[in-house]
Amino acid sequence: MRQLIALVSGALFALGLIVSDMVNPARVLGFLDVAGAWDPTLAFVMGGALVPMAIAWRLATGGSHPLVGGDFPGRASPVIDTRLIGGAALFGAGWGLVGFCPGPALTALGTGNAEAMVFTAAMITGMFGYALTAPSPRGI
Amino acid sequence: MIQDWFFGLIGGLMIGAASALLLLGNGRIAGISGILGGTLTGLPQMRGIAEGLAFLAGLIGFPALYSLAFEAPTITVTTSVATLLLGGLIVGIGTRIGSGCTSGHGVCGISRLSPRSLVATGTFIAVAAAVVFLTRHVVAQV
Repeated sequence: MRQLIALVSGALFALGLIVSDMVNPARVLGFLDVAGAWDPTLAFVMGGALVPMAIAWRLATGGSHPLVGGDFPGRASPVIDTRLIGGAALFGAGWGLVGFCPGPALTALGTGNAEAMVFTAAMITGMFGYALTAPSPRGI
Repeated sequence: MIQDWFFGLIGGLMIGAASALLLLGNGRIAGISGILGGTLTGLPQMRGIAEGLAFLAGLIGFPALYSLAFEAPTITVTTSVATLLLGGLIVGIGTRIGSGCTSGHGVCGISRLSPRSLVATGTFIAVAAAVVFLTRHVVAQV
């Protein structure tokens, strides 16, 4: 059951990225290019995505449990440190250089896009390289 | 252009519904960098490598089927291979150091008003916008 839910969630996530055109780096860079022909689409995508999730977090509180059992994630950590900001800045630099973030890169890879394959190979290399040297990451 | 924001909103609702399904169903946060990094590098605290792999199979397999059944979506990448490699590498490292990306911090974290996610999202959008400004308007081409 866990695997089936995860599979459906991944597929629906990819469909959302395709429908919204966030799978296309040109569209994402259009949002980030505030000094050019600004494209607000990404803001609508984020706004749309926040609605079901805000409802889900409400349902996930008050002693309830996930459908398959177990527990919901604990309270969000309040720690804001240099790791958080430095990591986010590094991620932002790569995102701005190419226009791919992890979700769209994997979805674009699924469509057979060659650039997404190159990007994802480098991204996974970075993740492994970090995992070899670093302590385990904090929650969101 | 009216269609663009409409499809953005519909696509966003789908992304949010997918994330809500994973949270309410499995109790997991749909952060792509966390699922990818955690599943591949097999971090000790990751429960359910199999469910991580199932999520990734949906995220990659669905677009493959979609592209066979319909027309593959248009994907325009203008960056050089060297820039793709550099960008991918620092996205991989940065999302692990900063514990999340656009989905984990930007959607799952902000929707619970996590202070860490609000700061991270503000940071990566600001830095990305600054990099786009530099590459498009200051330096001719990277």
